[in-house]
Amino acid sequence: MELFTPDFGLVFWMFVSFAILFFILWKWGWPVIMKGVSDRADLIDKGVEYAQNAKQQLDHAREEADKYIADARRQQADMLREADRMKSQIIEEARSAAQSEAKKVMDAAKVSIEQERKQAEQQFRNEVSSFALDIAQKVVRNEMKDEKAQEKLVNSLLDEMEKQN
Amino acid sequence: MKRNIFTALLLAVMALVFPFGAAASEETPLDSLVEKDSSVDAQGIIFDHLGDRYGWEVPFNHHKSIPLPIIVWGSDGLHVFSSSRVDHGAVYRDGNAEFKVAGKDSPYKGKVVEIIDGQEVKPAIDISITKNVCGVFISVLLVIWCILSVARWHKTQGMKSPRKMTGAIEFLIVFIYDGVIKSTLKTKANKFAPYLLTVFFFVLVMNLLGLIVIFPGGANLTGNIAVTLVLAIITFLVTNVFATKHYWKEVFNPEVPWWFKWPLPIMPVIEIFGIFTKPAALTVRLFANMMGGHMIVIVLTLLIFIFAAMGPAVTGTTAVVSVIFSVFMLLIDVLVSFIQAYVFTMLSTLFIAMGQEEGHHGHEEHAGDGGHGSGTPLPAAKTQSSPSANPA
Repeated sequence: MELFTPDFGLVFWMFVSFAILFFILWKWGWPVIMKGVSDRADLIDKGVEYAQNAKQQLDHAREEADKYIADARRQQADMLREADRMKSQIIEEARSAAQSEAKKVMDAAKVSIEQERKQAEQQFRNEVSSFALDIAQKVVRNEMKDEKAQEKLVNSLLDEMEKQN
Repeated sequence: MKRNIFTALLLAVMALVFPFGAAASEETPLDSLVEKDSSVDAQGIIFDHLGDRYGWEVPFNHHKSIPLPIIVWGSDGLHVFSSSRVDHGAVYRDGNAEFKVAGKDSPYKGKVVEIIDGQEVKPAIDISITKNVCGVFISVLLVIWCILSVARWHKTQGMKSPRKMTGAIEFLIVFIYDGVIKSTLKTKANKFAPYLLTVFFFVLVMNLLGLIVIFPGGANLTGNIAVTLVLAIITFLVTNVFATKHYWKEVFNPEVPWWFKWPLPIMPVIEIFGIFTKPAALTVRLFANMMGGHMIVIVLTLLIFIFAAMGPAVTGTTAVVSVIFSVFMLLIDVLVSFIQAYVFTMLSTLFIAMGQEEGHHGHEEHAGDGGHGSGTPLPAAKTQSSPSANPA
């Protein structure tokens, strides 16, 4: 039965011990811990909220960036295409300009060649005629040294004239 | 994870300590077997181990124990002396008074008595630092150390995540505060939380210390009715001192059909009786649970020596089976230690919460809003207005 009869000494010390324990923890233990725990919970909540916001912003920023990159790509492609087009256009223009220039030059060259040719022909003819006259003079002078020959020529020439008429 | 480490640590300590403790406690029956060749005095050993004593026994040595101060108020005043003076039935003479520890046949078995004219007289006051008192002191120091270390952590580096021991203790604090106190007492949680948390850790540490068999532990604290009685009385006082008017109205004039109250006040009598049965239930629950656990382990260990008379084969088998069962029981007791501390705190919280009921109006509101959500500001406003109404 001694197990079921509380011992006075133990009850007394138990009260004293519990009073001391409670006082110490009530004064220096629980308030600090409770405040600390709730402060930290607040901090964590804030942190989570902040992180969520940051993530949202980051996602947003990424979207923006993607959009900008796509834009830039498109612009780049446009510019390249434009450049390509301009290049071929310039080449085309240059080519046609060169052709027309060349044609002009050729025409000019043809005209001058023709002129030259005509001039040369004229000159050649003049020279040939002068040569021919010279030769004829010389031949005539040589042939017409004696009377007979002169007569003969005059006769032949007269004959010819007669034949023609 | 942190809790696992904590439990594993405790289990490891148990496992390490148990064999030695068992061996230590076995010496009495072994000696008695060798010396007297008689059967084991199982009842004596069990009650010896469950009870209190002057001085704290050490493992492997039955003749020496750690001496503790004996403080008694004898016939001629205060006497303080070491328990080693009255070891093994010795008579100690302090001034004119003679003291000894009463023997087995005395009505004051195991207590210090004063010898006056050859008669054993119980001293008027005996507030000796016995094994259990010393155990209570150790528990108090342990709890203070544990909780203040967490508090210090919060002061110095509160915004960091606590780890290891601090984390484990903080986990328990938050577990009890959120799971038991806050959910039951709602807006009044902070008023009673210090008491309830103190009770929880005090009971938990005493329970666990009781399972460690050698010096710092080994005192059957929560298995002692004085310890649980004091805790229950404090809960009783807290419940009734802080109780609301509505609570007392419900006790003396409960809302039941009139013929329960007149001419025979059946319900009031039951209610008043209920005030006292609550702490009684608290006392006996914790006491019986913890003492039962201790008793089973001791009995299992004693089985070895009871069967020792039947030859080595039987003894060997019994030893193996008993040790396995004892270890199993001790592991369960670790769990039980926690559960009992939890239940004690929970019941204390419930009793206190019953004393905090604010009348029918508030009650319905609480039931209506289902606890959390938009309804919470309303009871808060109510509790704020009620203290201001009381002085007016």
